[in-house]
Amino acid sequence: MGNGTSIGRVRGLGSAKSGPHHWILQRMTAIGNLLLVLWLVVSLILLPDLSYGTVVGWLSRPVPALAMTLLVISTFWHARLGMQVMLEDYVHEHGNKFACIAALNLVAFAGAAFGVFCVVRLALGAHA
Amino acid sequence: MATAGTKNRPLSPHLQIWRWGPHMFVSILHRVTGNGMAVAGLGVLLWWLGALAGGPAAYATFASWMTTPIGYLVLVGISWAFFSHMMSGLRHFVLDIGAGYELTWNKTWSIVAPVLGVVLTAAFWALLLLR
Repeated sequence: MGNGTSIGRVRGLGSAKSGPHHWILQRMTAIGNLLLVLWLVVSLILLPDLSYGTVVGWLSRPVPALAMTLLVISTFWHARLGMQVMLEDYVHEHGNKFACIAALNLVAFAGAAFGVFCVVRLALGAHA
Repeated sequence: MATAGTKNRPLSPHLQIWRWGPHMFVSILHRVTGNGMAVAGLGVLLWWLGALAGGPAAYATFASWMTTPIGYLVLVGISWAFFSHMMSGLRHFVLDIGAGYELTWNKTWSIVAPVLGVVLTAAFWALLLLR
């Protein structure tokens, strides 16, 4: 890579390659979020109340537990992709950008794992 | 080296240069509601799931926080962010297939999407509180 003009240094290199993959994953997880969060919205309305016993009794059943697990995975994945775009737009310094995206990965995976762990604990009857 | 030849290069016009239109507003709203939910929405979701897994005492703490005025403000804000983001996201799906770029339709849906977001938020809370 030479020291020429901006356009001269990138001409012929092609695209960054991973952009379309990120773009399509953002759309696929958006479809998942649309279905799963609307399921949560309807479920919250249909539950007789939101007391501890009612909510645990509902969320411990297999289908709600599975749907909530998928919701946690889909929303955290979508949020990770979206926040990456936001960081890439607003954090200009390369080192800071790398640190922000590394921290985002840690928080996204830890958050999703915690959410799934909570649902699994309820579904397997830790409070039955 | 990485900055060689970049001094005094023309910059693309930014927000304060363009004349404002609803399509700019809905685009920024999509980013704000999305990143807002990523922080506050997923945070409250994890607190809720963690409190349920933690037991009745933890759930009572969560419920007492969420039924304060600030708690309701956060919950209404998250639900509004979701419905707004959903409507502007559905608009993006239409734009993704190459439709809806005609000036009048683009302007119409840029206004309708956030309005429907507010309407759906109101409908959700009405159904939730009046059941």
